[in-house]
Amino acid sequence: MPELRYIDAIRRALQEEMENDESIVILGEDVTLGGPFGATTGLADKFGVTRVRNTPISEGAVMGMAVGASLVGLRPIVEIMFVDFITLAMDQLVNHAAKLHYMSGGQLRVPLTVRVQGGISGGYGAHHSQSLEAWFLHVPGLKVVAPATASDAAGLLKSAIRDDNPVLFLEHRALYWTGGEVGEVIEPIIFGRAAIRRAGTDATVVAVSRMVPAALEAAERLEESGTSIEVIDPRTLAPLDLDTILESVRRTGRLVVAHEAVTVGGIGGEIAAQVQEVAFADLTGPVLRVGAPFAPVASSPVLEKLFAPGVDAIVDAVQRSLAFSRDGAPA
Amino acid sequence: MLPELGEDQLRELFQTMLVMRRFEEALITLAGEFDVGHFHVYIGQEATGAPALGLLEDGDFGFTTHRNHGHLLARGVDPARMMAEILGRETGTNQGKGGTLHLSSLEHGFPVTSAATGGCIPLATGAAFGFSKLGNRRVSVCLMGDGSLEEGAWHESVNIAALEKLPIIYLCENNSLEALGQRANEYPSSSMAASPLTGLAAVFGMPAVAIDGFDAGEVHDTMNIAIARARAGDGPTFIEARTVRWPGSRPLWPQLLTGELDLTIAWDETALPDEHVEWHRSQDGILRFTRELIEAGNLTPEQALEIDAGVKAQMKEAVQFALDSPYPPPEAALDHVYA
Ligand SMILES: Cc1ncc(C[n+]2csc(CCOP(=O)(O)OP(=O)(O)O)c2C)c(N)n1
Ligand SMILES: [Mg+2]
Repeated sequence: MPELRYIDAIRRALQEEMENDESIVILGEDVTLGGPFGATTGLADKFGVTRVRNTPISEGAVMGMAVGASLVGLRPIVEIMFVDFITLAMDQLVNHAAKLHYMSGGQLRVPLTVRVQGGISGGYGAHHSQSLEAWFLHVPGLKVVAPATASDAAGLLKSAIRDDNPVLFLEHRALYWTGGEVGEVIEPIIFGRAAIRRAGTDATVVAVSRMVPAALEAAERLEESGTSIEVIDPRTLAPLDLDTILESVRRTGRLVVAHEAVTVGGIGGEIAAQVQEVAFADLTGPVLRVGAPFAPVASSPVLEKLFAPGVDAIVDAVQRSLAFSRDGAPA
Repeated sequence: MLPELGEDQLRELFQTMLVMRRFEEALITLAGEFDVGHFHVYIGQEATGAPALGLLEDGDFGFTTHRNHGHLLARGVDPARMMAEILGRETGTNQGKGGTLHLSSLEHGFPVTSAATGGCIPLATGAAFGFSKLGNRRVSVCLMGDGSLEEGAWHESVNIAALEKLPIIYLCENNSLEALGQRANEYPSSSMAASPLTGLAAVFGMPAVAIDGFDAGEVHDTMNIAIARARAGDGPTFIEARTVRWPGSRPLWPQLLTGELDLTIAWDETALPDEHVEWHRSQDGILRFTRELIEAGNLTPEQALEIDAGVKAQMKEAVQFALDSPYPPPEAALDHVYA
């Protein structure tokens, strides 16, 4: 299978969807130039600037416009340059995009895709490093997607675009230039189906976005000391494939959830809660979370490194989880 | 035109502009050898920032954007500590927490650099609101790019500033004159249907003027009037300072495309390089200011070079200071989350 970089896989999915559906338009800052990292490079040449529209630096209005346009038959894809700046568009996204279908008693549909990149890398500091997925999980009506591989980025983006609901498509900047196999034909990937990235027996690690490659590396390392972990990539956070996670946890009895967002209030807590509600008896230890410390991301490279959890943090959490026994020392 | 200032002050202004320029030249050079991450430079806008901010008094505040280095330097922030901050060192102005995009120095009246376009407009307006309630005759200067006029925060804030007659100067640095972003196919975009931009403030009933941002004298005089108006409680002013984007700022990562500033060009036509001639002839505000100082007899070429040599030496020390400084200890990551 051909190798494509994550960012190129995104571009290919955009291009193929736009070829198939004339109602798709892209709206965003500098999108005709490819945006800051090149995800949309060449699309304006291919589809013209009526379908690939540069907007002013007006995130709030652009988000609301996209919702309005979706009500009259377009399928807009909005690009917000950094997820940190989605704050400026929250009102339209949360109060309108997410709720119009419901509030209208099903009359309205908002087939909107919001593409946005984020995560820690490059020392950009506190306004360019956040992972904010948990905010959106809290909003009924939004779907939230976080691909970890090139092939998932392409397949999930196709589904996001075809979905009749607002979908937040969270790309990780540090994954943009990582390569992966992508099929000749990109099939849409159905939302709500986790991928088991590696089978294992001793503990389950649910890893989100960039934590997936980190968890796989942790698995290699743990294997050297005889520990076998199962790595699950939920791929879509809303809807969440709880069944796959539960099935794994019932076998391993141990669960670690790893994400790059601040641990407090993150999806780790939500997954832990949902798992223990159903499978308390199957757990042989506490569910542990791996995430960023509770602070804005500092720009200094030595401090920045402490924010993005990596392989070490996952290995450590798995070991702590395995060290727990109900009658012995706490984890 | 030269600002109406004494000879010493004019030379000080000249030195400030050189500090701004040499600092960023040193930074760009350093970035070639060392991974300092992404940053934006103020090169090409010195003739706006230096005279404008030179008029502020202790206790006045400025709020700025991603293109901030020159602004802080103009108010006397130590270049060594700024360089250390950009390199993420403990000795930096923000102890390595902020970096280039969030440089701040409260003691110099620069509380916030916001990397969110337009993010500082409400903050600067709020500081002016605070000053007016405190009745202390201080002023707030909102330094903003032309792009920030595209954010709703601008329109909402300027209305309140006008209603409340706040002591604020919106100094909008329009650096996209030649390059109207998307039209010239360059980053970043600037897309505004309103023309002239001053109309966006004039409609609220405040003085709104467009000036030549390369002309230190015009900047000085216009700011002087605006500051006096603000201090007198007569309300806000909007100034659009027009400059042409420095060629080295057109790529996403700054490059010294016009070379390091060669002051001799100011008095020796034969020193004019073959490339970027327009830039050197009429668009570099520092060269223009130097020519004016020399023509008016306020400075000799020898004095200019002497001041420049001192500034260059200072920047060399600043870089060394930053490189020699330690990184913050890991515990620092969790400091300052709450006051
Ligand atoms: C809210 C927000 N949206 C988008 C960006 C990305 N961005 C960084 S600089 C920039 C252009 C700003 O233009 P302008 O204000 O004119 O400043 P200039 O760079 O031209 O000096 C943009 C869109 C941002 N930093 N913040
Ligand atoms: Mg600009």
